[in-house]
Amino acid sequence: MTKLKTFAIGGCHPDKHKTTSDRPIEDAGIPETVCIPVCQHIGRPAKILVKKGDRVKTGTLIADADDVISADVHSSVSGEVVKIEENIGKTGYPEIMITVKTDGDDWEESIDRSPETVADITLTGGEIIRRIRKAGIVGMGGAGFPTAAKLSPPPGKKIDTLIINGIECEPWLTADDRLMREKTEEIIIGAKILNKALGIQNAVVAIDENKPQAAALMQKLTRRYVGVNVAVCRTKYPQGAERQLIAAVTGREVPPGCLPADAGCLVQNAGTAFAVYEAVQKNKPLFERVVTVSGDNLDHPGNYRVRLGTPAAYLIEKAAPREEAAEIIFGGPMMGQSGVNPAAPVTKTTSGILCFGAQSVFRPQPTECIRCGRCTEVCPQGLEPFAIKNLTRRGDYQAAKKIHVLDCIECGSCSYVCPARIPLTDYCKLAKYEIRKKK
Amino acid sequence: MNELITANVIVLSAIALIAAVVLYYIAQKFKTEDNPLEEKIAALLPQANCGACGKAGCADFARACVKADNEAFAHLYCPAGGSKVMTAVAKELGFSTPEHEPAVAVLHCNGSCRNAPDKTEYIGLKSCRLANRAFVGKTGCPNGCLRLGDCVTNCPFGAIRMDEETGLPRVDPDKCTACGACVRICPRGLYEIRPRGKSGVMVYVACSNRQKGAVARKNCAAACIGCKKCAQICPEITVADNLSHIPVSVSADVYGEKLAAACPTGAIVCRRTKGENND
Repeated sequence: MTKLKTFAIGGCHPDKHKTTSDRPIEDAGIPETVCIPVCQHIGRPAKILVKKGDRVKTGTLIADADDVISADVHSSVSGEVVKIEENIGKTGYPEIMITVKTDGDDWEESIDRSPETVADITLTGGEIIRRIRKAGIVGMGGAGFPTAAKLSPPPGKKIDTLIINGIECEPWLTADDRLMREKTEEIIIGAKILNKALGIQNAVVAIDENKPQAAALMQKLTRRYVGVNVAVCRTKYPQGAERQLIAAVTGREVPPGCLPADAGCLVQNAGTAFAVYEAVQKNKPLFERVVTVSGDNLDHPGNYRVRLGTPAAYLIEKAAPREEAAEIIFGGPMMGQSGVNPAAPVTKTTSGILCFGAQSVFRPQPTECIRCGRCTEVCPQGLEPFAIKNLTRRGDYQAAKKIHVLDCIECGSCSYVCPARIPLTDYCKLAKYEIRKKK
Repeated sequence: MNELITANVIVLSAIALIAAVVLYYIAQKFKTEDNPLEEKIAALLPQANCGACGKAGCADFARACVKADNEAFAHLYCPAGGSKVMTAVAKELGFSTPEHEPAVAVLHCNGSCRNAPDKTEYIGLKSCRLANRAFVGKTGCPNGCLRLGDCVTNCPFGAIRMDEETGLPRVDPDKCTACGACVRICPRGLYEIRPRGKSGVMVYVACSNRQKGAVARKNCAAACIGCKKCAQICPEITVADNLSHIPVSVSADVYGEKLAAACPTGAIVCRRTKGENND
């Protein structure tokens, strides 16, 4: 048996819970109203173009990016704009949202709705990037960095490898797995498009070994496409993190404080590659995405194609909740955002909505550190979380900076394995926040 | 045997002698002049090294005092020690006693357990600065107190404690030195160092919520709704972004009771501080 690739330092194995991996992607339908936040990405909020009372179609541009690090926002339904004001978001903080009342599903004429797969890439690199920017595509794995900005690396940095991230290392989530099984060819064409935009010939689709069907399909279909290869990786959390994935696939290390471009790599999520395919070949802006709705509190968990702005509560209702949810998580359980407001909308970066009952939401009181060193063992960045905790507790953030707390990727592995149940990741986050504030 | 002892004594004595000479030479070569006055002044200071004066600790403050002329000295003030300490320092240096109004830290939030009941639970690290980034807070108010006590753990004088009944931090005016550590630590900027007033009565708005009245009231019964009733009583009060602001110049003796009684939600607080340590 050949040895599978993985990253060298640290890593852990949380329970998988991939219960929805055999559920095909269903259409979630269109809710009565959608609330579309104007800032679903990292960077400046988009400038609102519509006003109350305006009619919009599915795919109409409703907010325009006026900065490089920003992304366009499109309407995900057709109907009337009823409200443009602050609404409560998933964290409970008010966010500016555009509320559209739905009447039917009337798409913009420019969108190609035919089911055929278009393999020929006719546009030039510059045109592709412009199309991606106009479609408002952002990294769909969770961080939400505008893709068009990512495709224009700083001058002097040479990228030679594109990695399509199909790892999906977070427990429970299966959206990318399903997408890779059902839209295999589209993702490969998406990778080819991204390659063309970057002017390179080498793309690698990285898939965890716990998705054998997706890997087999991908391997079968990539034979027809020159320059696209598949790398099956040994399952380990957090393999889907950018730096860890680059280390696993290419063996290169991204130096601290540097970008993946410094290691000659560019990582895009599988979902992003699919969105790129739709934007470039079908002229369809990003207004829907695949979301895993799962958790131990649901009778019918599944994968849904969801219009952006759909309330999480609408999806949870579809999945038949058993009791009142004790916790709702937007994203995965390791790095996702615990949601305060179930009515908060699905955004471009929501890969999953997890709903847990009271019996599984439980955090024991932390006890004292027993110096077992397991946090150091699992840290994929090679840090010492226990030492960072001690310094943060003392308020000595400069010393924490010296032991590289700023390199922490907040993956949550240390908190997960700590036998004393100390929230080590929380301490790292606090130290990072304090250091950045002092700058 | 005897030879061994003698040899040891001679060798060790020689080493000691050489080391003594070297040490003496170094001590003479790198001698620093300590100003005895600086040490004297530093001894008068509280030695809390809180940094509230803007200097890097008490020794640095003492150095600045010694170097200062009459005018520069008037700008130096040790908030932790208060006027008592400053009078002693001025006397030591032969300056006239500077005038400084005593102050105390006040919390601009009244979102107690009763006024703003918990809506959600928080099970992460007990730190306001972290929770502020993660979510809106248990009460749902985006500007209110998170009640996790970063100010309590960071007060260098132990003047703040968590009131179990209200869930809010409570400043003990007798212990508070107005050093401003709480102002710097609070992620939502809820603290203000406010003059205690001549008769020890203060009036201020115990709310920082800038949402519209109806939205703010959903989360907290004691929220300022920006109704401007207080501005009608005293024209100096300004209301901006649905939030009233009572300037320090508004006399609490004249308006205090009236304003507190007129406020429909109880966001305006009129309070007597008995703290005397600064006088």
